Amino acid sequence: MANDGSTKLSKNLLRMKFMQRGLDADVKKQLEEEEKRIVSDEHWFLDLPELKAKESYIVEERSYVPCEDLVYGRMSFKGFNPDVEKLMALMNAPREEKEEDEDEKNETRMDTDITDEEMARRYGSLVESMKKRFAKKRDRSSLKGNREDVSQNTIPSQPKKAFLKPQD
Amino acid sequence: MDSILSCFKDKVGEVVLPGDVFSLDLSDVENNTVKSEKIICGPGLRRNGDEILVSKSGILRHRSPNLYWIDSQQKRYVPAKGESVIGVVTAKSGDSFKVDVGGSELASLSYLAFEGATKRNRPNVQVGDLVYSQFAIANKDMEPELVCIDSCGRANGMGVFGADGLLFKVSLGLVRRLLSPQSEIIKDLEKLFPFEMVVGLNGRVWVKANGIQKTLIVANLLESCENMTPQQRQALFKRVAEGSL
Repeated sequence: MANDGSTKLSKNLLRMKFMQRGLDADVKKQLEEEEKRIVSDEHWFLDLPELKAKESYIVEERSYVPCEDLVYGRMSFKGFNPDVEKLMALMNAPREEKEEDEDEKNETRMDTDITDEEMARRYGSLVESMKKRFAKKRDRSSLKGNREDVSQNTIPSQPKKAFLKPQD
Repeated sequence: MDSILSCFKDKVGEVVLPGDVFSLDLSDVENNTVKSEKIICGPGLRRNGDEILVSKSGILRHRSPNLYWIDSQQKRYVPAKGESVIGVVTAKSGDSFKVDVGGSELASLSYLAFEGATKRNRPNVQVGDLVYSQFAIANKDMEPELVCIDSCGRANGMGVFGADGLLFKVSLGLVRRLLSPQSEIIKDLEKLFPFEMVVGLNGRVWVKANGIQKTLIVANLLESCENMTPQQRQALFKRVAEGSL
């Protein structure tokens, strides 16, 4: 009864989802094409030539700061405002570093408060305490024992700890 | 590209006038496939297609590798992004302050653009206060916008300042001379006596010293530096240091 010529269903009805199952392949295709045309008709576009971005070799800069390498605007002299003097040193530091780089190349040795000998002495005394720190609790007591040995020159027989079977 | 470079090089250090054109011949670059560096044109120079137009009268300056600008004298300040200026708070409007920076338009300064400010914790800024701040947006078609924090959220000396002291205006050229590294004027000034100053790129200078008299001395010295040769300046500073003025 569906497709016998005498009664035809309207296109809108055929397009509905529940009608799709029983349709022929050609009718389906026809409907899809029609749908596509409707969609593309509704879309519109500007009829303009394609915009081409040319690479620019000129960059604009509106500020004098990068041109003339201007310094930080807050200043204090002779300790009038210590906070600002600290800020001045901080904000103008990268610039001075650049200048000092060349000086530093000449003298690679840095000024140090502590001489190498002093450092060696200090770390030499630290060895023992660092060793203690990384030792386990049981080893620590044995370490202590060893030191006493050295000082007292006595050899206490230290029985090795072993499992003792309990008596019945 | 070579043409514009040579064209520029000839004129470096010479006076140029608004309307002068430096034309850039791009055909060389395209034909010879010469790998060329970009030219940075600073204040006073304007890009127009492949040409560079001069828009201020002054001396053409160059800094290697390819930075060109015009060194000019003017009093009118035009906001530029990233510049630090001294502003006067003129109004509180909703969530921002209106700040007079000497430009054609009042700049806006959000109350959240201060160090440590939150919606609940507003900064204590009153009408009439001086703020040292930086331009975050400075566009010729839009209202300029100031901030009192850097990109990390720190104040770095920006914000409200100036309980006492004196604010006055000088030309933009003098401000740049004061702020240039190893400035002669600053070197002469710092020998005098302890004082503090804030220099905004908009031509405003704020000075404070121990006592009104010393503040006025520094202010007058700075104003007179505008039109003096180094010899005249040093003579004047010497007289001030001796206490004869």
